[in-house]
Amino acid sequence: MTRYQSTVGSRFPLIDSMEKTSGQGIYIEDMKFPGMLYARLVRSTETYAQVEEVDFSAAQEVEGYVDSLAPGEPGTGNTFGVLPISEDETPLPAPNALYSGAIVAAVACESEVGAREAALRVQMRTKKLPAVLRPKDALKETDQPIHSNTIGGTNLHKAVDQEFGDVDGAFEQADVVTGGEYVFDGINHGFTEPIGCIAVPEPNGRMSLYSATQVPHYLHRALAKVLEMPMHRIRVYKPLVGGGFGGKSDPFPHEMVAALLARKTGRPVKLIFDRDEVFLNNHGRHPTEYKIRVAADREGRLLGLDAHSRIDGGAWGSFGVVTTYYNGVLSQGPYRLPSFRYSGRRVYTNKPASGAMRGHGAVNARYALETALDEMAEKLQVDPFDLRAQNALPANTTTLNHLRITSTGFLECLERVRERSGWNEKFRKMPYGRGIGLGCGFYISGSALPIHRTRTPQSTVHIKIDVDGGVTIHSLAADIGQGSDTMLAQCVAEAMGVRIDRCRVLAKDTDTAPIDLGSYSSRVTFMAGNAALRAGEAIFRKLQRACARLTGKSAEGFVKGADETYLHLDDPGVVVPYMDALREALADNGALIAKGAYIAPKLGGAFKGSGAGLSPSYSYQAFVAEVEVDPETGFTRVDKIWAAHDCGKALNRLAVEGQLEGSVHMGMGQALTEQMVYLNNGQLRNASFLDYKIPSPVDTPEIEAIVVESNDPEGPLGAKECGEGALAPIIPAIGNAIYDAVGVRLHEVPMTPERVLKALEQKRKAEEKARAHS
Amino acid sequence: MSFSRRILRLHVNGQPREVLARDADTLLDVLREEVELTGTKRGCDLGTCGCCTVQIDGEPVLSCLTLAAEVEGKQITTVEGLRDGERFAPLQEAWAEAGASQCGFCTPGFLLAADRLLRDNASPSRDEIREALAGNLCRCTGYVKIIDAVERCAAEHRTFCAERGRPSTVSEQV
Repeated sequence: MTRYQSTVGSRFPLIDSMEKTSGQGIYIEDMKFPGMLYARLVRSTETYAQVEEVDFSAAQEVEGYVDSLAPGEPGTGNTFGVLPISEDETPLPAPNALYSGAIVAAVACESEVGAREAALRVQMRTKKLPAVLRPKDALKETDQPIHSNTIGGTNLHKAVDQEFGDVDGAFEQADVVTGGEYVFDGINHGFTEPIGCIAVPEPNGRMSLYSATQVPHYLHRALAKVLEMPMHRIRVYKPLVGGGFGGKSDPFPHEMVAALLARKTGRPVKLIFDRDEVFLNNHGRHPTEYKIRVAADREGRLLGLDAHSRIDGGAWGSFGVVTTYYNGVLSQGPYRLPSFRYSGRRVYTNKPASGAMRGHGAVNARYALETALDEMAEKLQVDPFDLRAQNALPANTTTLNHLRITSTGFLECLERVRERSGWNEKFRKMPYGRGIGLGCGFYISGSALPIHRTRTPQSTVHIKIDVDGGVTIHSLAADIGQGSDTMLAQCVAEAMGVRIDRCRVLAKDTDTAPIDLGSYSSRVTFMAGNAALRAGEAIFRKLQRACARLTGKSAEGFVKGADETYLHLDDPGVVVPYMDALREALADNGALIAKGAYIAPKLGGAFKGSGAGLSPSYSYQAFVAEVEVDPETGFTRVDKIWAAHDCGKALNRLAVEGQLEGSVHMGMGQALTEQMVYLNNGQLRNASFLDYKIPSPVDTPEIEAIVVESNDPEGPLGAKECGEGALAPIIPAIGNAIYDAVGVRLHEVPMTPERVLKALEQKRKAEEKARAHS
Repeated sequence: MSFSRRILRLHVNGQPREVLARDADTLLDVLREEVELTGTKRGCDLGTCGCCTVQIDGEPVLSCLTLAAEVEGKQITTVEGLRDGERFAPLQEAWAEAGASQCGFCTPGFLLAADRLLRDNASPSRDEIREALAGNLCRCTGYVKIIDAVERCAAEHRTFCAERGRPSTVSEQV
């Protein structure tokens, strides 16, 4: 008998790839509605100011002007935010505009050109307020904190202090201590599709919001709060989304503004950002100051980690409470640590908000730790690979702060990347100017603890099958290009024993889809994938019973056969085609429906903040970069990157490689060229792709993605995350390669030519001084 | 300020199109709003990302920096014009098979830039492909699979274009 040919591990194109290559795929800016208005936002030019009056009289002269929205109007001061513990955003200033570029008001016109002109003509009267721009100033006492929820009369938003084991003792008995202080500029997600939405007031009084969002469910909740409408009166619809990387995961003020304008005018309102507005909206990676110390004994056993992080949250809370925790707790792997101390401080400043970005919270801390380990290996005179392998977290263990470790492929990542990169022939052996470096990593496969403390499963998937035999999959996991629709189709097809092209995924509409917490925290494959498998298995059981009715054989004896058939284990001659089984199942019954759900297991300890970093499983990475550094210009060229990542099981190898290659590329941008630069008055200097430098095709080297599979016991078909953890390790890999090339450690990231030259100059001076003294 | 418009006569994907446009309207705006071909994407409106790349008389241009009025009478090719009826161009199929689209937003611009390369060069090296695509940004793929796609369909795509009256430009004119 020929069994079902599994697709797991094969390479197949994303199910929507022809939509994209044909140009027929519909993104938010491609949508139109009859009678639609175009909105434009009026933004603050003050760093921090109270908005006293907004004057639309000149705007009203513009041909096709229809309406406006100003601070003080109903709904514009209602608070919202992605985390229920820091709902500090408002659609419009209430009454303070918190940063240069903050939304102050909006106009709606019959045409886009008209709306642009009208927005330019809006006048406002403001009263300047004393702005806070530097994190250290934000920690000072003030009688006018930016938000009312701050700590101790300062602009401190969140403080985290954790200590496990005897940290001071570890550093006292240590033979070697390494570490230092590092500064990281803010990073923007840089997705190619600008943010945008269309709000449509329905004739029955409902509100539909079409938006380029990663998390329709949180947007749904926030809209209900701001519009003061029950959730069932609101519909959120996600078209194709042109990349997110965390930058489309918060509910945003402009979405609220569009909905309020639509309600006010009774007409659909379209609001699409310009590129500079995407930068001003930001919610990207936090500018970070990080201090770290790592202790080890002379045999190379790690004894303790002591880290302190100060992060610049900008104007709003966003995901920042989580970021503050993640800066510490996600440094507990992939190494065994007998003691661990971490303090984190997140402050508000009058700048665009920071939030979640690919590798959320783990990236900057990872640079500090992996750099310290590189220094440690040098002091101990051991190979950086050996030091890491010696300290690897074993499988099936628990970290100091109760992260449950199940599967791990970390050692295999180390072995394979060492071999593929030719490490042993290159490390400390190449001529001056050429170098090779290692960076490792560890990341969550979804947060086990949901943001909203409810008993609702984190993922639910519905399946409906009718006489046409097509399998309709409903979910609210958001495909933002990572391929989650394809993953859902694959899991269902696998569970049912049918071809993937039978499946159609409708994961876009809150009216039809069961709740899923959306595409962030690398949770979708693990959680929605498990839910999809369970839904598919429920359908399979119905089909087994139908086969039994048709053949008189036992239901549980039917297994998936080749070419969409079901075979009986006891009698190889009994073969029921899928369509026959389906027709029997539908008879007297109607469409087949089933659901599957996923709830993460209860994990964690009984201490404050114990929920942060808990995940049903973790991914592991070991990356090597080979670089060439020009000591005359400070310019670093990356020649090749080898990236080994443990993703549990590659459900679709093509998609996994794509995630790894994309993560590496994005991390390389942060390592070398990307930075958000502010003027002293808080204005963002480089809000365009001309000045915010994302690596182009000629800047990006060949990337060899090495897929390692540890077959996770709880992951869907063994899978874990592969879309975020793979960003962090490349930054220290490049930094450590620069050290191997020219002997300097970079304490500021990105490692721009100016910074490399400065470090080389400092090194030269220090060496001269040393020679003079000797 | 007046938003008055006049008739422009454009040739888009082999078809004559009369549209109403302001003198200040970019080709990108006119293609998307008046011709209603939304495959061409707006990523920055500043000529920095390449998402809006189309071809004018076979050469890639940034449609966000091109006035529609400038290209009256010229042949405009957009992503919708790469296929031949039901048959997709080999480049489009290779793009899907290689996994060169993730979010897909940059894809149309890349396709138009890559198509120009392949009409002139049936076996480009990976570095030649990088050079030809240097004006286009992708934030999802790290470019590896984009280069794979161009590499794997090169000869087939060139033949497909030549058979459909879209021959190479530079090399055959020399």
